[in-house]
Amino acid sequence: MRVEIILNGERIGREADPDMTLYDFVRAEGCLSVKCGCESSSCGLCTVFVDDVPVLSCSMLAARAAGHRVDTLEGLQEEAGAFIGFLADRGADQCGFCNPGMVMNTIALLRENPNPTEEDVKAYLAGNLCRCSGYEGQLDAIMTYLRTRKEKTSRLWESRCARRTPWNSCPARRAIRLTLPPGSVL
Amino acid sequence: MMTIQNYVRPGTLEEAYALNQKKANRVIGGMLWTRLENPRIQTAVDLADLGLRGIREEEDGFHIGAMTTLRDLETSQALNDYTQGAVRAAVCHIVGVQLRNMATVGGSLYSRFGFSDVTTLFLALDAEVELYKRGRIALSAYDKEKRDRDILTGVVIPKRGEIRAVYESVRRQATDFPILTMAGVCRGDGTLTFSVGARPGIAAAFSENAQAVRDMGPAAFGKAGRAGDKKAP
Repeated sequence: MRVEIILNGERIGREADPDMTLYDFVRAEGCLSVKCGCESSSCGLCTVFVDDVPVLSCSMLAARAAGHRVDTLEGLQEEAGAFIGFLADRGADQCGFCNPGMVMNTIALLRENPNPTEEDVKAYLAGNLCRCSGYEGQLDAIMTYLRTRKEKTSRLWESRCARRTPWNSCPARRAIRLTLPPGSVL
Repeated sequence: MMTIQNYVRPGTLEEAYALNQKKANRVIGGMLWTRLENPRIQTAVDLADLGLRGIREEEDGFHIGAMTTLRDLETSQALNDYTQGAVRAAVCHIVGVQLRNMATVGGSLYSRFGFSDVTTLFLALDAEVELYKRGRIALSAYDKEKRDRDILTGVVIPKRGEIRAVYESVRRQATDFPILTMAGVCRGDGTLTFSVGARPGIAAAFSENAQAVRDMGPAAFGKAGRAGDKKAP
Protein backbone atom coordinates (compact mmCIF):
# COMPACT_ATOMS: atom_id res chain seq x y z
CA MET A 1 0.00 0.00 0.00
CA ARG A 2 1.17 3.55 -0.58
CA VAL A 3 1.84 5.56 2.55
CA GLU A 4 2.42 9.32 2.44
CA ILE A 5 3.58 11.33 5.44
CA ILE A 6 4.97 14.84 5.87
CA LEU A 7 8.42 13.98 7.18
CA ASN A 8 10.42 16.91 8.58
CA GLY A 9 8.34 19.26 6.47
CA GLU A 10 8.64 17.31 3.23
CA ARG A 11 5.85 15.22 1.70
CA ILE A 12 7.28 11.71 1.39
CA GLY A 13 5.45 8.75 -0.12
CA ARG A 14 6.58 5.17 -0.50
CA GLU A 15 5.25 1.67 -0.88
CA ALA A 16 4.86 0.14 2.55
CA ASP A 17 3.65 -3.22 3.81
CA PRO A 18 0.59 -2.88 6.07
CA ASP A 19 2.71 -3.91 9.07
CA MET A 20 5.56 -1.47 8.41
CA THR A 21 6.14 0.57 11.52
CA LEU A 22 6.72 4.32 11.49
CA TYR A 23 10.19 3.50 12.85
CA ASP A 24 11.06 1.45 9.77
CA PHE A 25 9.52 4.09 7.50
CA VAL A 26 11.53 7.05 8.83
CA ARG A 27 14.76 5.06 8.90
CA ALA A 28 14.17 3.91 5.30
CA GLU A 29 13.91 7.60 4.44
CA GLY A 30 17.30 8.32 5.98
CA CYS A 31 16.32 9.45 9.48
CA LEU A 32 18.85 7.28 11.22
CA SER A 33 18.80 9.28 14.45
CA VAL A 34 15.73 7.22 15.39
CA LYS A 35 16.96 4.13 17.28
CA CYS A 36 15.44 0.86 18.45
CA GLY A 37 16.46 -0.02 21.99
CA CYS A 38 14.04 -2.56 23.41
CA GLU A 39 11.49 -4.09 20.98
CA SER A 40 8.96 -3.89 23.83
CA SER A 41 7.68 -0.29 23.64
CA SER A 42 9.40 0.61 26.89
CA CYS A 43 12.62 2.56 26.24
CA GLY A 44 11.75 5.78 24.35
CA LEU A 45 14.75 5.64 22.02
CA CYS A 46 12.47 5.61 18.96
CA THR A 47 10.66 8.81 19.96
CA VAL A 48 9.39 10.92 17.06
CA PHE A 49 6.76 13.66 16.94
CA VAL A 50 3.48 12.97 15.16
CA ASP A 51 1.62 16.27 14.82
CA ASP A 52 3.97 17.65 17.51
CA VAL A 53 3.12 14.88 19.97
CA PRO A 54 5.97 12.58 21.16
CA VAL A 55 5.21 8.92 20.38
CA LEU A 56 7.03 5.59 20.07
CA SER A 57 7.60 5.09 16.36
CA CYS A 58 8.31 1.38 16.91
CA SER A 59 4.72 0.86 18.03
CA MET A 60 2.91 2.95 15.45
CA LEU A 61 2.02 1.65 12.02
CA ALA A 62 3.30 3.86 9.20
CA ALA A 63 -0.24 3.55 7.84
CA ARG A 64 -1.62 5.11 11.05
CA ALA A 65 0.69 8.12 10.51
CA ALA A 66 -0.36 8.53 6.87
CA GLY A 67 -1.34 12.12 6.15
CA HIS A 68 0.17 13.41 9.38
CA ARG A 69 3.27 15.49 10.15
CA VAL A 70 6.19 13.51 11.51
CA ASP A 71 9.33 15.13 12.93
CA THR A 72 12.63 13.51 13.82
CA LEU A 73 15.79 15.06 15.22
CA GLU A 74 17.05 15.55 11.65
CA GLY A 75 14.38 18.21 11.24
CA LEU A 76 14.77 19.82 14.66
CA GLN A 77 18.47 20.68 14.64
CA GLU A 78 17.93 24.35 15.48
CA GLU A 79 15.57 23.72 18.36
CA ALA A 80 17.83 21.00 19.75
CA GLY A 81 21.02 22.96 19.15
CA ALA A 82 20.84 25.25 22.16
CA PHE A 83 20.51 22.38 24.58
CA ILE A 84 22.63 19.62 23.04
CA GLY A 85 25.88 21.40 23.93
CA PHE A 86 24.93 21.19 27.58
CA LEU A 87 24.46 17.40 27.33
CA ALA A 88 27.98 17.07 25.98
CA ASP A 89 29.53 19.55 28.43
CA ARG A 90 27.98 17.87 31.48
CA GLY A 91 29.29 14.48 30.33
CA ALA A 92 25.78 13.12 29.85
CA ASP A 93 26.66 11.48 26.55
CA GLN A 94 28.33 8.05 26.98
CA CYS A 95 27.50 5.60 24.21
CA GLY A 96 25.06 8.11 22.78
CA PHE A 97 22.40 5.60 21.77
CA CYS A 98 19.66 6.99 24.05
CA ASN A 99 20.57 10.55 23.13
CA PRO A 100 18.27 11.28 20.14
CA GLY A 101 15.18 9.97 21.91
CA MET A 102 16.13 11.84 25.07
CA VAL A 103 16.63 15.11 23.16
CA MET A 104 13.35 14.65 21.28
CA ASN A 105 11.41 14.12 24.47
CA THR A 106 13.20 17.05 26.14
CA ILE A 107 12.14 19.29 23.26
CA ALA A 108 8.58 18.04 23.77
CA LEU A 109 8.82 18.75 27.52
CA LEU A 110 10.14 22.30 27.03
CA ARG A 111 7.47 23.07 24.45
CA GLU A 112 4.79 21.97 26.92
CA ASN A 113 6.43 23.45 30.00
CA PRO A 114 9.20 26.01 29.38
CA ASN A 115 10.10 26.23 33.07
CA PRO A 116 10.00 22.73 34.53
CA THR A 117 11.16 21.87 38.03
CA GLU A 118 13.47 18.91 38.55
CA GLU A 119 10.44 16.82 39.48
CA ASP A 120 8.67 17.87 36.26
CA VAL A 121 11.72 16.86 34.22
CA LYS A 122 12.02 13.47 35.94
CA ALA A 123 8.33 12.72 35.45
CA TYR A 124 8.33 13.71 31.77
CA LEU A 125 11.56 11.90 30.85
CA ALA A 126 10.76 8.76 32.87
CA GLY A 127 9.97 6.95 29.62
CA ASN A 128 13.47 7.52 28.23
CA LEU A 129 15.83 4.79 29.39
CA CYS A 130 19.63 5.00 29.42
CA ARG A 131 21.82 1.97 30.06
CA CYS A 132 25.04 3.89 30.58
CA SER A 133 24.24 6.57 33.10
CA GLY A 134 22.24 7.13 36.26
CA TYR A 135 20.40 9.97 34.49
CA GLU A 136 22.16 12.59 36.65
CA GLY A 137 24.14 14.00 33.70
CA GLN A 138 21.03 14.51 31.60
CA LEU A 139 19.10 16.13 34.49
CA ASP A 140 22.08 18.37 35.30
CA ALA A 141 22.36 19.40 31.63
CA ILE A 142 18.70 20.39 31.40
CA MET A 143 18.65 22.35 34.67
CA THR A 144 21.90 24.12 33.78
CA TYR A 145 20.52 24.96 30.33
CA LEU A 146 17.37 26.43 31.89
CA ARG A 147 19.38 28.45 34.43
CA THR A 148 21.72 29.77 31.74
CA ARG A 149 18.78 30.69 29.52
CA LYS A 150 17.27 32.70 32.37
CA GLU A 151 20.55 34.48 33.12
CA LYS A 152 20.99 35.29 29.44
CA THR A 153 17.51 36.78 29.38
CA SER A 154 18.21 39.00 32.38
CA ARG A 155 21.61 40.11 31.09
CA LEU A 156 20.12 40.91 27.70
CA TRP A 157 17.41 42.94 29.39
CA GLU A 158 19.85 44.89 31.50
CA SER A 159 21.96 45.79 28.51
CA ARG A 160 18.95 46.93 26.44
CA CYS A 161 16.55 48.42 28.98
CA ALA A 162 16.33 52.19 28.66
CA ARG A 163 15.23 52.57 32.25
CA ARG A 164 18.37 50.86 33.45
CA THR A 165 16.22 49.08 36.03
CA PRO A 166 17.85 46.11 37.74
CA TRP A 167 16.30 42.81 36.61
CA ASN A 168 14.80 42.08 39.99
CA SER A 169 12.77 45.31 40.13
CA CYS A 170 11.67 45.40 36.49
CA PRO A 171 7.90 45.99 36.30
CA ALA A 172 7.61 44.19 32.95
CA ARG A 173 9.26 41.14 34.42
CA ARG A 174 6.85 41.22 37.37
CA ALA A 175 3.91 41.50 35.00
CA ILE A 176 5.11 38.53 32.92
CA ARG A 177 5.78 36.54 36.09
CA LEU A 178 2.15 36.92 37.16
CA THR A 179 1.04 35.14 33.98
CA LEU A 180 3.25 32.10 34.61
CA PRO A 181 2.55 29.19 36.99
CA PRO A 182 3.77 29.78 40.54
CA GLY A 183 7.36 28.75 41.05
CA SER A 184 8.32 29.52 37.45
CA VAL A 185 11.77 30.93 36.89
CA LEU A 186 11.93 34.22 34.98
CA MET B 1 7.20 -10.13 14.99
CA MET B 2 3.72 -8.83 14.37
CA THR B 3 2.48 -9.37 10.81
CA ILE B 4 -0.49 -7.73 9.12
CA GLN B 5 -1.84 -8.70 5.70
CA ASN B 6 -4.28 -5.83 5.26
CA TYR B 7 -4.82 -2.44 6.90
CA VAL B 8 -8.25 -0.82 6.91
CA ARG B 9 -9.51 2.40 8.47
CA PRO B 10 -13.31 1.98 8.50
CA GLY B 11 -15.41 5.10 8.15
CA THR B 12 -18.32 3.65 10.10
CA LEU B 13 -18.71 1.57 13.23
CA GLU B 14 -20.83 -0.94 11.30
CA GLU B 15 -17.92 -1.54 8.94
CA ALA B 16 -15.49 -1.89 11.86
CA TYR B 17 -17.85 -4.30 13.62
CA ALA B 18 -18.31 -6.42 10.49
CA LEU B 19 -14.55 -6.69 9.98
CA ASN B 20 -14.03 -7.60 13.62
CA GLN B 21 -16.26 -10.67 13.42
CA LYS B 22 -13.50 -12.57 11.65
CA LYS B 23 -11.25 -14.25 14.19
CA ALA B 24 -8.07 -13.49 12.23
CA ASN B 25 -8.77 -9.75 12.28
CA ARG B 26 -7.83 -7.43 15.13
CA VAL B 27 -8.94 -3.98 16.21
CA ILE B 28 -6.05 -1.50 16.46
CA GLY B 29 -6.27 1.01 19.29
CA GLY B 30 -2.90 2.06 20.67
CA MET B 31 -1.50 -1.22 19.39
CA LEU B 32 1.04 -1.29 22.22
CA TRP B 33 0.01 -4.49 23.95
CA THR B 34 -1.12 -6.07 20.67
CA ARG B 35 2.37 -5.69 19.28
CA LEU B 36 3.91 -7.55 22.22
CA GLU B 37 1.76 -10.61 21.45
CA ASN B 38 3.49 -10.99 18.03
CA PRO B 39 0.13 -11.72 16.41
CA ARG B 40 -0.49 -12.83 12.87
CA ILE B 41 -3.25 -10.45 11.82
CA GLN B 42 -5.16 -10.79 8.58
CA THR B 43 -6.83 -7.37 8.65
CA ALA B 44 -5.92 -4.65 11.13
CA VAL B 45 -9.04 -2.59 11.83
CA ASP B 46 -7.89 0.91 12.76
CA LEU B 47 -10.54 2.90 14.68
CA ALA B 48 -8.70 6.23 14.17
CA ASP B 49 -11.29 7.79 11.80
CA LEU B 50 -14.41 7.10 13.87
CA GLY B 51 -14.31 10.20 16.06
CA LEU B 52 -13.92 8.11 19.21
CA ARG B 53 -11.35 10.31 20.90
CA GLY B 54 -12.44 12.91 23.43
CA ILE B 55 -13.70 13.61 26.93
CA ARG B 56 -17.12 15.26 27.19
CA GLU B 57 -18.45 16.45 30.51
CA GLU B 58 -22.24 16.30 30.64
CA GLU B 59 -24.86 16.56 33.37
CA ASP B 60 -24.92 12.81 33.92
CA GLY B 61 -21.20 12.17 33.75
CA PHE B 62 -17.99 12.14 31.79
CA HIS B 63 -18.34 10.54 28.35
CA ILE B 64 -14.92 9.28 27.29
CA GLY B 65 -14.38 7.93 23.77
CA ALA B 66 -12.56 4.61 23.43
CA MET B 67 -9.68 6.14 21.44
CA THR B 68 -9.00 8.72 24.17
CA THR B 69 -5.35 8.31 25.14
CA LEU B 70 -4.08 7.76 28.66
CA ARG B 71 -2.26 11.10 28.32
CA ASP B 72 -5.61 12.78 27.50
CA LEU B 73 -6.92 11.35 30.80
CA GLU B 74 -3.78 12.45 32.63
CA THR B 75 -4.02 16.05 31.46
CA SER B 76 -7.79 16.46 31.63
CA GLN B 77 -8.49 19.37 33.98
CA ALA B 78 -12.17 18.44 34.29
CA LEU B 79 -11.58 14.77 35.17
CA ASN B 80 -8.82 15.53 37.62
CA ASP B 81 -10.79 18.29 39.31
CA TYR B 82 -13.67 15.84 39.80
CA THR B 83 -11.39 13.09 41.18
CA GLN B 84 -8.85 15.24 43.06
CA GLY B 85 -6.10 14.07 40.73
CA ALA B 86 -6.85 10.35 41.09
CA VAL B 87 -7.11 9.93 37.30
CA ARG B 88 -3.64 11.45 36.87
CA ALA B 89 -2.28 9.30 39.70
CA ALA B 90 -3.67 6.19 38.02
CA VAL B 91 -1.87 6.66 34.71
CA CYS B 92 1.21 8.80 35.40
CA HIS B 93 3.46 5.81 36.22
CA ILE B 94 2.63 3.88 33.09
CA VAL B 95 5.94 3.61 31.17
CA GLY B 96 6.28 7.12 29.78
CA VAL B 97 4.68 10.11 28.13
CA GLN B 98 5.26 8.71 24.65
CA LEU B 99 3.42 5.47 25.41
CA ARG B 100 0.59 7.29 27.14
CA ASN B 101 0.20 9.45 24.03
CA MET B 102 -0.71 6.27 22.15
CA ALA B 103 -2.36 3.85 24.61
CA THR B 104 -6.15 4.13 24.59
CA VAL B 105 -8.66 3.85 27.41
CA GLY B 106 -10.68 1.48 25.19
CA GLY B 107 -7.75 -0.88 24.80
CA SER B 108 -7.05 -0.76 28.52
CA LEU B 109 -10.63 -1.65 29.47
CA TYR B 110 -11.31 -4.18 26.69
CA SER B 111 -8.19 -6.18 27.58
CA ARG B 112 -9.28 -6.62 31.19
CA PHE B 113 -5.69 -7.00 32.32
CA GLY B 114 -5.00 -7.88 35.94
CA PHE B 115 -2.32 -5.21 36.12
CA SER B 116 -4.52 -2.42 34.77
CA ASP B 117 -4.35 0.83 36.74
CA VAL B 118 -7.18 2.18 34.58
CA THR B 119 -9.55 -0.72 35.33
CA THR B 120 -8.86 -0.43 39.07
CA LEU B 121 -9.81 3.23 39.22
CA PHE B 122 -12.72 3.07 36.77
CA LEU B 123 -14.26 0.21 38.78
CA ALA B 124 -14.20 2.33 41.92
CA LEU B 125 -15.77 5.17 39.92
CA ASP B 126 -18.70 2.88 38.91
CA ALA B 127 -17.84 3.31 35.25
CA GLU B 128 -19.98 1.88 32.47
CA VAL B 129 -18.57 0.77 29.14
CA GLU B 130 -20.40 1.46 25.89
CA LEU B 131 -20.42 -1.30 23.32
CA TYR B 132 -21.53 -0.87 19.72
CA LYS B 133 -24.10 -3.69 19.65
CA ARG B 134 -24.86 -4.30 23.32
CA GLY B 135 -25.07 -0.73 24.54
CA ARG B 136 -24.05 0.36 28.03
CA ILE B 137 -23.11 -2.14 30.71
CA ALA B 138 -21.41 -1.77 34.08
CA LEU B 139 -17.65 -2.23 34.01
CA SER B 140 -17.97 -4.58 36.98
CA ALA B 141 -20.13 -6.89 34.86
CA TYR B 142 -17.99 -6.44 31.73
CA ASP B 143 -14.86 -7.47 33.66
CA LYS B 144 -16.41 -10.84 34.48
CA GLU B 145 -16.96 -11.65 30.81
CA LYS B 146 -14.58 -13.09 28.28
CA ARG B 147 -13.41 -10.88 25.41
CA ASP B 148 -15.95 -10.82 22.61
CA ARG B 149 -16.16 -9.34 19.10
CA ASP B 150 -18.24 -6.28 19.94
CA ILE B 151 -16.56 -2.89 19.53
CA LEU B 152 -15.96 -0.92 22.73
CA THR B 153 -16.78 2.64 21.72
CA GLY B 154 -16.48 4.50 25.00
CA VAL B 155 -16.80 4.58 28.76
CA VAL B 156 -18.93 6.75 31.03
CA ILE B 157 -17.99 7.89 34.51
CA PRO B 158 -21.33 8.78 36.08
CA LYS B 159 -21.61 11.95 38.14
CA ARG B 160 -23.90 11.61 41.13
CA GLY B 161 -22.77 14.59 43.11
CA GLU B 162 -19.33 15.32 44.47
CA ILE B 163 -16.89 12.56 45.33
CA ARG B 164 -13.58 12.19 47.10
CA ALA B 165 -11.28 9.87 45.17
CA VAL B 166 -7.80 8.51 45.70
CA TYR B 167 -5.52 6.16 43.75
CA GLU B 168 -2.36 4.38 44.88
CA SER B 169 -0.17 1.73 43.36
CA VAL B 170 2.83 -0.31 44.45
CA ARG B 171 5.56 -0.69 41.85
CA ARG B 172 9.01 -2.18 42.18
CA GLN B 173 10.35 0.75 40.21
CA ALA B 174 8.96 3.77 38.44
CA THR B 175 7.44 3.15 35.00
CA ASP B 176 7.05 -0.57 35.73
CA PHE B 177 3.85 -2.65 35.90
CA PRO B 178 2.16 -2.33 39.29
CA ILE B 179 2.21 -5.25 41.70
CA LEU B 180 -0.75 -3.87 43.62
CA THR B 181 -3.27 -1.19 42.79
CA MET B 182 -5.93 0.46 44.92
CA ALA B 183 -8.61 3.05 44.35
CA GLY B 184 -11.02 4.49 46.86
CA VAL B 185 -14.08 6.64 46.18
CA CYS B 186 -16.23 8.25 48.86
CA ARG B 187 -19.61 9.56 47.74
CA GLY B 188 -21.94 12.15 49.16
CA ASP B 189 -24.52 9.48 50.12
CA GLY B 190 -22.03 7.93 52.53
CA THR B 191 -20.79 4.97 50.47
CA LEU B 192 -17.16 4.05 50.18
CA THR B 193 -16.09 1.98 47.20
CA PHE B 194 -12.72 0.28 47.27
CA SER B 195 -11.13 -1.38 44.29
CA VAL B 196 -8.02 -3.54 44.49
CA GLY B 197 -6.19 -4.76 41.40
CA ALA B 198 -3.02 -6.57 40.34
CA ARG B 199 -4.05 -9.01 43.06
CA PRO B 200 -2.49 -10.48 40.73
CA GLY B 201 -5.93 -10.98 39.17
CA ILE B 202 -8.15 -8.34 37.64
CA ALA B 203 -9.37 -5.60 39.96
CA ALA B 204 -12.35 -6.26 42.19
CA ALA B 205 -14.39 -3.65 43.99
CA PHE B 206 -16.60 -3.66 47.03
CA SER B 207 -18.73 -0.96 48.54
CA GLU B 208 -19.39 -0.32 52.17
CA ASN B 209 -21.24 2.20 54.16
CA ALA B 210 -18.69 4.82 55.12
CA GLN B 211 -19.86 4.98 58.72
CA ALA B 212 -19.55 1.20 59.08
CA VAL B 213 -15.93 1.42 57.95
CA ARG B 214 -15.24 4.23 60.39
CA ASP B 215 -16.92 2.22 63.17
CA MET B 216 -14.53 -0.66 62.52
CA GLY B 217 -11.81 1.60 63.80
CA PRO B 218 -8.04 1.19 63.60
CA ALA B 219 -8.07 -1.66 66.14
CA ALA B 220 -9.76 -3.96 63.61
CA PHE B 221 -7.01 -3.30 61.08
CA GLY B 222 -4.38 -3.66 63.77
CA LYS B 223 -5.57 -7.20 64.64
CA ALA B 224 -5.66 -8.13 60.96
CA GLY B 225 -2.13 -6.80 60.52
CA ARG B 226 -0.79 -8.83 63.44
CA ALA B 227 -2.51 -11.97 62.21
CA GLY B 228 -0.73 -11.45 58.90
CA ASP B 229 2.61 -11.14 60.71
CA LYS B 230 2.21 -14.60 62.23
CA LYS B 231 1.98 -16.09 58.75
CA ALA B 232 5.01 -14.25 57.41
CA PRO B 233 8.15 -16.43 57.10
